[in-house]
Amino acid sequence: MTASMRPTPSACPACAAAPAAEKLAEMQPHDPAQIALSLPTIHCSACITKIEKALDAHPQVKSARVNLTLKRASIEAEPEVTAQDMKELVEGLGFEAHELDAGTLNATANDRAGRELLMRLAVAGFASMNVMLLSVSVWSGAADATRDMFHWISAAIALPTIAFSGQPFFRSAWAALSNKQLNMDVPITLAILLAIVTSLWETSLSGEHAYFDAALALTFFLLAGRYLDHRTRAIARSAAEELTALEVPRATRLTDTGDEEIVNVAQLAVGDLILVRPGGRMPVDGGITQGTSEIDRSLLTGETLPVFASEGQAVSAGEVNLTGPLTIRATAVGADTSLHQMADLVAIAESGRSRYTSLADKAAKLYAPGVHILSALAFVGWYLYTFDLRTALNIAAAVLIITCPCALGLAVPAVTTAASGRLFRKGMLIKHETALERLAQVDTVVFDKTGTLTAGTPELTNLAQLPRADVELALALAQGSSHPLAQAITRAAREAGIAPAQVTDVTEVPGYGTKAQLNGQEVRLGRASWTGAQGRAETATFLQNGDAAPVAFVFADRLREGAAEAVQALKDAGKTVYLMSGDTTPAVEALANRLGITRWLAEALPADKSSRIQALTDEGAKVLMVGDGLNDTAALAAAHVSISPATALDAARVASDIVLLGGDLSPIASACATARSATRRIRENFRIATVYNVIAVPLAVAGLCSPLIAALAMSASSITVSLNALRLR
Amino acid sequence: MTILAYLIPISLFLGGVGLVFFVYTVKSNQYDDPEGDARRILSDEYDDRPKQ
Repeated sequence: MTASMRPTPSACPACAAAPAAEKLAEMQPHDPAQIALSLPTIHCSACITKIEKALDAHPQVKSARVNLTLKRASIEAEPEVTAQDMKELVEGLGFEAHELDAGTLNATANDRAGRELLMRLAVAGFASMNVMLLSVSVWSGAADATRDMFHWISAAIALPTIAFSGQPFFRSAWAALSNKQLNMDVPITLAILLAIVTSLWETSLSGEHAYFDAALALTFFLLAGRYLDHRTRAIARSAAEELTALEVPRATRLTDTGDEEIVNVAQLAVGDLILVRPGGRMPVDGGITQGTSEIDRSLLTGETLPVFASEGQAVSAGEVNLTGPLTIRATAVGADTSLHQMADLVAIAESGRSRYTSLADKAAKLYAPGVHILSALAFVGWYLYTFDLRTALNIAAAVLIITCPCALGLAVPAVTTAASGRLFRKGMLIKHETALERLAQVDTVVFDKTGTLTAGTPELTNLAQLPRADVELALALAQGSSHPLAQAITRAAREAGIAPAQVTDVTEVPGYGTKAQLNGQEVRLGRASWTGAQGRAETATFLQNGDAAPVAFVFADRLREGAAEAVQALKDAGKTVYLMSGDTTPAVEALANRLGITRWLAEALPADKSSRIQALTDEGAKVLMVGDGLNDTAALAAAHVSISPATALDAARVASDIVLLGGDLSPIASACATARSATRRIRENFRIATVYNVIAVPLAVAGLCSPLIAALAMSASSITVSLNALRLR
Repeated sequence: MTILAYLIPISLFLGGVGLVFFVYTVKSNQYDDPEGDARRILSDEYDDRPKQ
């Protein structure tokens, strides 16, 4: 299919498919282009090589680098190269690619906090290895002056290291204490400081036991947990920001003299005249002052059928203009648009989600006071028994060190890192930290229809029943149009190997359809009322050839890739599957039957969806909501956990916990399984950590715990917990 | 035991060299793409010379 074979309205066929790119192309600044692409489907070294080679082969590309961890390519090129060119180049290789706003990404490129943590971790590791070396000499029999010297050297290494590496814990503990609260960092800080103080005291008295190595190993293991945690979140955050970078917030404003100027959406004011070209999204709420077209409201309401739009009609921000250019006068901009007000509803619903307490928080709540009480009791008990402050303090420090939550600190991050990494490779991005745990509890899944289970692009269903001559004629009329139904006819007819009929004077009548001349007679393809046909319940367009009865071309929404598999797998896993949509009853019923979903709700308003989910929740169900539209946002926020595809509206993605990066829905079912096994591992890890404590704490309280035993218990429990996390599948 | 006077500074120095190298690797962005770097090593055609 070449451009010369058919009359294209635009000089650039790709731009016709994505008119926003045309505008964007004009907007590129004239310095070396920094282009970033999101590549959700890359997974191996062959992908990296293939993409980098193709990009490097482009004459105007200076350098290209693919980052597999972030699934992203950064390209430096001559100013005239646009992101659209690069995107098409990569898509030509068979990879999914999305353009990213390089400006938004640069802000997050330098992960300063992550580096700082890594540096502290490195210093703690270095110091603990050295001190461990000295401690081993002490444990294996160094005595008297040698032991004292080793202890003093250890102190010289440990003190500056703790002062540097322990800062994240000290700061967090101080913040908690100044709010009169206890968190996990309070016992950690206390243990580290007490260990250092008693060890210094012991060393100055030429004592036998010093816990410098324990204090350092503790810092090291805990920092490792912190770093893993941070890393998972940083990747998720930067990818989530990438998604917001996908939307280009620009609009075409008409000035008083009638000139067009391209401005940032934020600069639009009430009363401005705005031109929205076919394919463009309404940037504001407003009324149409000029033009006729059809508008696609599926992201807002879930309706698949385009709505006729003409002068005087109101439009809302987020709707997509399909066929003709529209001039609208803004009545509400920015935060006042209905789009934003919906997003605000989400913010209110969001507070409900924070009620979920993570497993780690539950453990910390039990743990932090318990440790303090135990250690204080040991101190008081031994002081009353011996009346020796030094012994009592030593034992209290030993109890704190032994119980210190190395394994607890690693138990959750080690598992979530493994699980998020696994899901990220499948194309799922975990945005919320407790999303995995909540996903594991899900027993009911609610799907939205348009844009979630279906791809939002129509598919011709009755091609086989149509006379061939009519299809040829329809193809001739449809192939020049960018209307989704016309494109569906073109696609289906070409796949069936049908050639267009010979017609002349093809003209598109925005909002109605396309007409042409065939043997001196007018033929029309378009809306029912315009072609003299009876409207139908399904999505349909009609072909009128002279006086013959109009022929209906019937469409169904195309299923999204993996939708059938995902629904089947979820049902097999014993989950209840619901379908809730704002679309018409016949369309929803047809899809529900096609996928074997017995529980469905059609013509649902946004509030209906969320109240239905609320009702399910009240009955004790843990609901997973999968949706993409603005009409789903309240439901997404009300559900126990929520997933939205990357193509969803910004507001919907913000409201959801997990984002599907690719177009495929099938990872949803396996994600539930991964989440369940991850939660199981976390619980196991807690149990392992507890077992170590149960063995070691009585020894510590009894005063039998030497620094050697403390070091063994600590390292062994941390390593077992990490290895257990790696078993996740 | 005088050997300790040499051994301890030497061990600290060697450890310190390792730490300095690690700091260098962090500063030069070598941990930005661990996943990709693990795969790149398997690629025959990989060439890290920048395109001129």
